[in-house]
Amino acid sequence: MTSALIAEDEPLLAAALQAELARQWPELHIAAVVGDGASAVSQALALRPQVLFFDIRMPALGGLEAAAELADQWDHTAQPFPQLVFVTAYDQYAVAAFEAQAVDYVLKPVRPERLQKTIQKLQLPLAPAASGATNLEATMAQLRSLLTPANAVAPIPQVLQASVGNAIHMVPLSEVVYFEAADKYVRMLTDSREYLLRTPLKELQAQLDPQEFWQIHRGTLVRATCIERATRDESGKWRVHLRDRNETLSVSRLWAHRFKPL
Amino acid sequence: MPTPPARHPTAPDPWRLRQHLLACLVLNTAIALGITVVENDSFFVNWVYSQCIGTAIWGAIDLLRDRFAPDEHPDRRQLLWLVPAGVVLGYSVGVTLANALLGHSNWLYWTQDWRRSLGFLLMSLGIGAAFAYDATQRAQRALAEAQAQAALRQSTQAQLQLLQSQLEPHMLFNTLANLRALIGLDPQRAQSMLDHLVAYLRATLDASRATEHTLAQEFERLRDYLELMQVRMGARLHYQLSLPPELAGLSVPPLLLQSLVENALQHGLEPQLQGGSVHISAAREGHLLHLRVDDDGAGPSTDLNAPESTAQRFGVSQVRQRLATRYGPQGTLIFVAPPQGGTSARVQIPLETPSA
Repeated sequence: MTSALIAEDEPLLAAALQAELARQWPELHIAAVVGDGASAVSQALALRPQVLFFDIRMPALGGLEAAAELADQWDHTAQPFPQLVFVTAYDQYAVAAFEAQAVDYVLKPVRPERLQKTIQKLQLPLAPAASGATNLEATMAQLRSLLTPANAVAPIPQVLQASVGNAIHMVPLSEVVYFEAADKYVRMLTDSREYLLRTPLKELQAQLDPQEFWQIHRGTLVRATCIERATRDESGKWRVHLRDRNETLSVSRLWAHRFKPL
Repeated sequence: MPTPPARHPTAPDPWRLRQHLLACLVLNTAIALGITVVENDSFFVNWVYSQCIGTAIWGAIDLLRDRFAPDEHPDRRQLLWLVPAGVVLGYSVGVTLANALLGHSNWLYWTQDWRRSLGFLLMSLGIGAAFAYDATQRAQRALAEAQAQAALRQSTQAQLQLLQSQLEPHMLFNTLANLRALIGLDPQRAQSMLDHLVAYLRATLDASRATEHTLAQEFERLRDYLELMQVRMGARLHYQLSLPPELAGLSVPPLLLQSLVENALQHGLEPQLQGGSVHISAAREGHLLHLRVDDDGAGPSTDLNAPESTAQRFGVSQVRQRLATRYGPQGTLIFVAPPQGGTSARVQIPLETPSA
């Protein structure tokens, strides 16, 4: 039997979606209904449903980020990655980004006819063995494009301002080795020292050249030319080693596609 | 907000330049005809002098204006020196040019018949002054029109921005989705939710037009918004409105607190899984009215008291701007991060006597 997980922070909407699914797809078993992204990840890993309905805007961890996190932790040798359906009221993502892809989307308020189309799509390829790996690849590629902020029109800054005590330090962008999200701050590391920025990583990322700074993890942007090598451990996880630095940075599966020999 | 500078009204415009030149040539011809009739001498000679002098004066005045008064705001007082200087310069150049063209000199006239020559010079002065005055008038009118249009554009844009910030599509569609769900589950609650939505929409649309409403109305509109959000967020949102009855009649700019309440929900409560509560209150202290929006949410991640850029995206600068426009330096908004957590937005405005 096909099972599904619903992640939606607004209780009425979660109930309405569940009711509409029960009406149109009685055989579908709703394994769990959760109200935030972090629970969505943990419940999906625990219950292993075949279908995920994720709201895009949820407290703490949004639907896109939760899906990326899940893709990272999903053991796809045991079971193919679930089919993803995003549910959203309105968003900045071009609806075209969702069309005819591995990932479906439904706009709120959800219309029964539209949901039916989604259900038909979902019921088609649930003979998974053949499409399992390709589905994961396609899903991850689409998640990457959805998660990458549209590059801002503003010119790339030459220096970044970081406050240290009562002073504002002007740090040339060219000296930055990597950025790492840490709680409310972003750590910015140069060869000589570390700074804390209050600008969210997503906002910073929109101002940077994606070829210059590679995203390798949800919370990590690293200067491509500072990467010495990437290594893979037994479990298949990649780590990045930096030139002249001791620490290594972990690469999430979503962004591991960067490390392929030519 | 930066708007493109108004087009320089005296900027060279080839079409207008050609029109001016044509008018100048026609006028010169008319003057030559007049002189010929009165003086009974060669029309051709008069015509050459007239064209040379007239065109040179026109050119000289334009040149002097562009050189010494290229101001966007043409000033009639500048004509007092501009026109005489232009006429004297243009007259000299024109006469010299005509003399060269015709191969004789009329500088002799100045010694032979100075009254007649002075008469021509004064006539040139009069015509030049009339033309320059007219051109200045037109430029001033064009400038005033451009300024009025820019002001209109700016105020329309400000209204639209206010509207857009309040009719955020994500909020609207999510609310409608909840309404749709509620219709099936609890029609009575759905009706009351729809009433709140209608009141909220009406207030939002009116707020871009009205300049004042009472504090009681302000709190009612906030209640509409919070009721809508309560349906959406369920148990994650608690709210409290405290308005002392004696302050209910005071007038405030409409929906002044709206974006502060939105911030409290979006940046304070939204990030927290368990949600939280918002408390909106009004208090009087001497001649000051204190309005507060307190939440027990995540607390500010950036310094909201910092000028512009960081506060921009929170709609904070818009509130500050409205306060400054309405109350000057006496209207203030500050943010406090209380030790127990959350964010406290505090507005202070001067109390006015009810008659004012």
